[in-house]
Amino acid sequence: MRAVSVEEAVAMIPAGASIMVGGFMGVGTPERLLDELVRQRKSNLTVVSNDAATPGKGVGKLFDATLVSRLTATHIGLNPKAQQQMLAEQVAVDLIPQGTFAERIRAGGCGLGGVLTPTGVGTLVAEGKRQIEVDGKAYLLETALRAQFALVHAFLADYLGNLAYALTSRNFNPVMAMAADTVIVTAEHIVPVGVIAPDHVMTPAPLVDYLITNPNG
Amino acid sequence: MDAQEIIARRVAKELKPGNLVNLGIGIPTLVANYVSPELKVFFQSENGLIGTGPIPEQGMEHPLLTDAGGRPISALPGASTFDSAMSFGLIRGGHVDVTVLGGLQVDARGHLANWMIPGKMVPGMGGAMDLVSGAKRVIVAMQHAAKGKSKIVKQCNLPLTSDRPVSLVVTDLAVIGFPGGRATLLETAPGVSVGEVMAVTEAELVLGDTVPEMKI
Repeated sequence: MRAVSVEEAVAMIPAGASIMVGGFMGVGTPERLLDELVRQRKSNLTVVSNDAATPGKGVGKLFDATLVSRLTATHIGLNPKAQQQMLAEQVAVDLIPQGTFAERIRAGGCGLGGVLTPTGVGTLVAEGKRQIEVDGKAYLLETALRAQFALVHAFLADYLGNLAYALTSRNFNPVMAMAADTVIVTAEHIVPVGVIAPDHVMTPAPLVDYLITNPNG
Repeated sequence: MDAQEIIARRVAKELKPGNLVNLGIGIPTLVANYVSPELKVFFQSENGLIGTGPIPEQGMEHPLLTDAGGRPISALPGASTFDSAMSFGLIRGGHVDVTVLGGLQVDARGHLANWMIPGKMVPGMGGAMDLVSGAKRVIVAMQHAAKGKSKIVKQCNLPLTSDRPVSLVVTDLAVIGFPGGRATLLETAPGVSVGEVMAVTEAELVLGDTVPEMKI
């Protein structure tokens, strides 16, 4: 793990990169990394994020600045700008069930080729997918999802990179921290090594590549 | 009593002591108002919380404690938090006893459509498909009709949420179940006759020997 500034971290992300962004309606989203992506105008991004948040908040900022070309999400109904960009075909949007979204990312981080889920059988979601029967029950084969970068927001981080999350800001952050080539973290508080008790570490240090050290990160 | 209150009060009667319950947005959210704390029902918010409490008083909101719509909520003593893979493991894995969702259409076999109107409303399904596929009991809480059109239809013409039939539909006019895979009128709302329900329902309804009035 290396401690870097938010400017240095975002400079590593090329235009056209695939990024997973933690958060649920902007809660648990690394806002400062998104602000810096906008400032450095990293365009043509492939974004994997639960939702599009709202304009001005979370991933919504990337849509405000029209930096997204592809989005994999579960729900974008609360961001009219993301909806407009989808309908105008400026952004290719893949909407998938939320449990499937979580499991595809988990599979991506755990060395699995995918998962079998009953969710979506007999619906539009099943189109083009393999259906597999196990013990008489039908499942869809949903393939693993990974990205080049995961942008994660923690409540606590120590200088080794151990992370703990708070309340409902945990959401997709721990699974995303497993499923990307490079993991960049902002934290509400950076604490000395040892402050986060071993039992309370939710993302172990070796998973984290970069920790943003600017204040209020 | 308005239509939404009738629905919410009747759905609340379906919850049993100790149940783990997920409430959707809209009318389903109101159900919590009519559940006695003594019932010790656990409410799940699928963004990662069991033990949701009331909307916090002004000034008491916590920015990292929100519901699935991103609005501030509270956590009761004994609450627990977890990540999204765990949250949907609970949902898909049959650990959620009851899910209450809104609906656009329910058909005569109990199939629900509630996530998309092609060409008009394409917000994404969020957690709805997993909830209908995996919860032990699926209850739809919705108005019986919208703009004079029955929402209980012969066959859904909107995209389905799941091929698994729902357990129960509670509307402002009736309670409908699906024993043997056929829509069956189980109860009518206070002051509403069986004939009135039949007249505004597109799907054919099977009638039980008696059709009591909802107790709410």
